[in-house]
Amino acid sequence: MSKQITVPFGPQHPVLPEPLHLDLVLEDEKVVDVIPTIGYVHRGLEKLVEKREYTEYVYIAERICGICSFIHSQAYVQGIEQIMGLEIPERAQFLRTIWSEYSRLHSHLLWLGCFADSMGFESLFMNSWRLREHILDDLESTTGGRVIQGACKVGGVRRDITPEKLDEMVKGLKTLEGELRDLTDVFLNDRSIQHRLKGVGVLSKEDAYYFGAVGPTARGSGVAIDIRETGYAAFGKINFKPVVEQGGDCYARCAVRAKEMFTSLDIIEQCIRKIPDGPVDMKVTGAPDGEYFSRAEQPRGEVIHYIKGNGKKNLVRHRVRTPTFTNIPPLVTLLKGCQLADVPVIVLSIDPCIGCAER
Amino acid sequence: MEPQVILPISVGDVISKAEQAKRDGNRLVQIGCTKIDDTFEIIYVYEKDYQLTSYRITVKQDDEIPSISGVYWGAFVYENEIHDLYGIHVTGMNVDFKGTFYKTTIKHPFSVTITKEDNPCQNK
Repeated sequence: MSKQITVPFGPQHPVLPEPLHLDLVLEDEKVVDVIPTIGYVHRGLEKLVEKREYTEYVYIAERICGICSFIHSQAYVQGIEQIMGLEIPERAQFLRTIWSEYSRLHSHLLWLGCFADSMGFESLFMNSWRLREHILDDLESTTGGRVIQGACKVGGVRRDITPEKLDEMVKGLKTLEGELRDLTDVFLNDRSIQHRLKGVGVLSKEDAYYFGAVGPTARGSGVAIDIRETGYAAFGKINFKPVVEQGGDCYARCAVRAKEMFTSLDIIEQCIRKIPDGPVDMKVTGAPDGEYFSRAEQPRGEVIHYIKGNGKKNLVRHRVRTPTFTNIPPLVTLLKGCQLADVPVIVLSIDPCIGCAER
Repeated sequence: MEPQVILPISVGDVISKAEQAKRDGNRLVQIGCTKIDDTFEIIYVYEKDYQLTSYRITVKQDDEIPSISGVYWGAFVYENEIHDLYGIHVTGMNVDFKGTFYKTTIKHPFSVTITKEDNPCQNK
């Protein structure tokens, strides 16, 4: 047996947008064990339910993450509405669905850019982020915010989208679709990318399922878990199929995200075609008394907001289980047995969002 | 939205319920802790085909709870979190960070409640 050495990876590393530390135990260049450490950006946001009224807390919930902020606020208000037995207007449900798919698009484009950068494809990185600007512009013009949308509230949404703007969005997305096809064509078919990703960081279907993988990390290994299939918001009225790949490697996870963008475009178009007229919010009185696990599908996978109230203005508990948090054990499995040079690509392939994970 | 039921179980049943859940083909969704007065509620959530199965145990801070990381390997992240934020001892974890999973200024910050006086809701 070769002599073992431990190489620290992160919390600051060129490919890591957020602080994750890994102690990599190596034999020669092969990783034989991994010890993950987080805790660098733990903010204790969940504790703020004790200081902020449940209606105000929406602003904190959506600041858990700067990428999937909208879906955090959506999952939070959904849980409150479920406990309080609120049937919010259908138009609000459709608007939430549209904005959540926009969030998925911008997150996947951001990730594709970072992933290309981790492989040294600077131009691909810049093209991914150039296309992302279109999505951010639409989010800004419809919600008022590029990063933090502030559009969700208990009982509905704060803004409506005019029919003219909805038509304009469809046209814009049609143009974008062509450019996305060109972009994803490179990610899926370029020979050097395939060489870099195929067979690297393989997670078996069974490990993905039982070690807790969610989102593209699970679906890349053939585990068809997509919480949108439970029909929350307007997803129950939309036809779509989760993208599932069988390879289990970095390429499969990349392919899931690349193909999911077209599913998102289709969902948005269906929503715009089916969105009913009517109000976008309702009056809410009282406070939640009960508990609920509110689930939603973020770009990185299933997020859970556990909400427990006792009928008073402050919640008893708000606990968020983010997709990255549950994707950490599968990441450890992915890294065992890989080469040191593959570690950055494998780590990025689960799309880690540590700020989100630590809350 | 699916109806949700959380079944109360004893601490001694935690591992057997985890084993049963795995035998039935469930995945571990999450383990979470909530402080209620002087006690702590810990909820184990499993899922199969989008149907949640949840179990609740109620413990005191000095109590020890068994780790289910021998059944669900990935449970160590939740169990270390519960230890670091609430100070509850979890025995038999496969990866034990010994209190360094989260680096907090205050030890076990979630073991105290800081709710201020109970004014009425804004939307009463």
